[in-house]
Amino acid sequence: MSSNDVIIVDNVTMRFRINNEKVDSIKEFLIRIVKRSLTYRSFNALEDISINIKKGEVFGIIGLNGSGKSTLLKVISGIYKPTKGTSTAFGTISPLIELGAGFEDELTARENIFLNGSILGYSKNFMLGVLDEIVDFSELHEFLDVPIKNFSSGMRARLGFAIATVIKPEILIVDEVLSVGDYRFQEKSEKRITELFDGETTVIIVSHTLRQIERLCTRVLWLEDGKEVMCGPTTEVCKAYKTQN
Amino acid sequence: MIKTYIQTFQKYRYLLGNLITRDLKIKYRRSVLGLLWSLLNPILMMLLLDAVFSMLIGASEIENYPLYVILGQTLFSFFSEATNGALESVVGSSALMKKIYVPKYVFPLEKVLYSFINLLFSMLAVLIVLMFKPIAASFTMFLIVIPLGLLLIFTIGFGFILAVLYSFFRDIKHLYSVLILAWMYLTPVIYPLSIVENTPVVGLIVKFNPLTWYITYFRDLFLYGTIPNLTTTLICIAYSFGMFILGLFVFRKAQDKFILHL
Ligand SMILES: Nc1ncnc2c1ncn2[C@@H]1O[C@H](COP(=O)(O)OP(=O)(O)O)[C@@H](O)[C@H]1O
Ligand SMILES: [Mg+2]
Repeated sequence: MSSNDVIIVDNVTMRFRINNEKVDSIKEFLIRIVKRSLTYRSFNALEDISINIKKGEVFGIIGLNGSGKSTLLKVISGIYKPTKGTSTAFGTISPLIELGAGFEDELTARENIFLNGSILGYSKNFMLGVLDEIVDFSELHEFLDVPIKNFSSGMRARLGFAIATVIKPEILIVDEVLSVGDYRFQEKSEKRITELFDGETTVIIVSHTLRQIERLCTRVLWLEDGKEVMCGPTTEVCKAYKTQN
Repeated sequence: MIKTYIQTFQKYRYLLGNLITRDLKIKYRRSVLGLLWSLLNPILMMLLLDAVFSMLIGASEIENYPLYVILGQTLFSFFSEATNGALESVVGSSALMKKIYVPKYVFPLEKVLYSFINLLFSMLAVLIVLMFKPIAASFTMFLIVIPLGLLLIFTIGFGFILAVLYSFFRDIKHLYSVLILAWMYLTPVIYPLSIVENTPVVGLIVKFNPLTWYITYFRDLFLYGTIPNLTTTLICIAYSFGMFILGLFVFRKAQDKFILHL
């Protein structure tokens, strides 16, 4: 552990109840009490994961569906509190996890920009200062005062991306979102992300497409059933991953 | 620790304000008459009650009966709207909560504050009505901020608990709609406190019902120009902070768990 680690995940285990055994009504809860079957089966979505990520690193996470990638990102973001172990992040985290998560259909794009900005923790003055830049990048000039319910999914994605990356966040989290929008916007957004790779912003990327990880990341963690299979330089891990899958 | 709490609250205060504005915009944009309606509703109701009760004999048992009802109803609808909003708030924002870290108490708190602003609009209407009534405006009217503030604190605490319960048990919503109806009947909204005072069980429930205290407190100041005594005030304060602390405690205990349930 060195002093310029910005993310320290220390022996994290995340235990979930098996989804279809969840009790979500009082009725069922009472029935279970009567039947004395209030024990739940659970499983570890993450098991003893430890990683340290340094400032400015571009860190990739790979693994099959359900291997725990998104769960790990949620632990790092502070959304989930790990069952065991600790996760510490030094700096503000800006997620690109599914773009435009706090958008409100009835409100206009302009109103949504301010709402979304405040969800990310930015002040009104700050948002006023970057409004033009957001509008330019998302190319939504004519639609600024149109309720967002009339937007296509591509337009939403553009807006969400523009808001999330308008400043250089200290830590940027990208969960399989570089594959939204049309081809042109994909290129544009990937270029924007690479602009952030100047050593100031720490980036964590989860992606299906191994090519993207190989192109962007410096270090990669490979997860399988919540356990670390391998963690190291991109080329090594990706090569091993490819031979097994 | 308290200091970091206050710091994060500062940071998310702007979000809180934005969420409230969002709800107000949606409400008042959807119907052009929205804002006007909020003002008009108590006034029309007042006229109706006036007309009906001037025809009935015996209703004059309560001084200024129509206003008595309007005030009770306005306060109770606030409580009902706010707690229903808080109940659904956490589940309703689950998509967002699972994607980005936001202090979770922001959501129930926002719904209660939003309803409180609607309450203030309605109170404005009541004040307008008051100008056409032969009621001597009294300086005690300014003191209504006390019961309003205490009711707000009580409602926030109760809203926290409902939000937690609903995130675990989805059938709470149906139970609560029955409970709130019963609660209304057990609160002197349309009847005078005196008619239940001597009934054994019901009387006791009505008497211990915190809403009875807030509403009576409010009417005393607003309608009758009297200042409730110290004991009454202390009881109201105890109810408010008791519920607030309980709510906060329950919410804090549960918030790491219910996120997994959403
Ligand atoms: N809140 C939850 N409750 C129960 N199980 C969950 C929850 N979230 C995720 N899981 C389960 O945890 C496992 C890992 O999920 P996830 O991290 O989304 O995988 P990935 O992103 O690698 O596809 C999956 O089996 C998923 O069903
Ligand atoms: Mg995933």
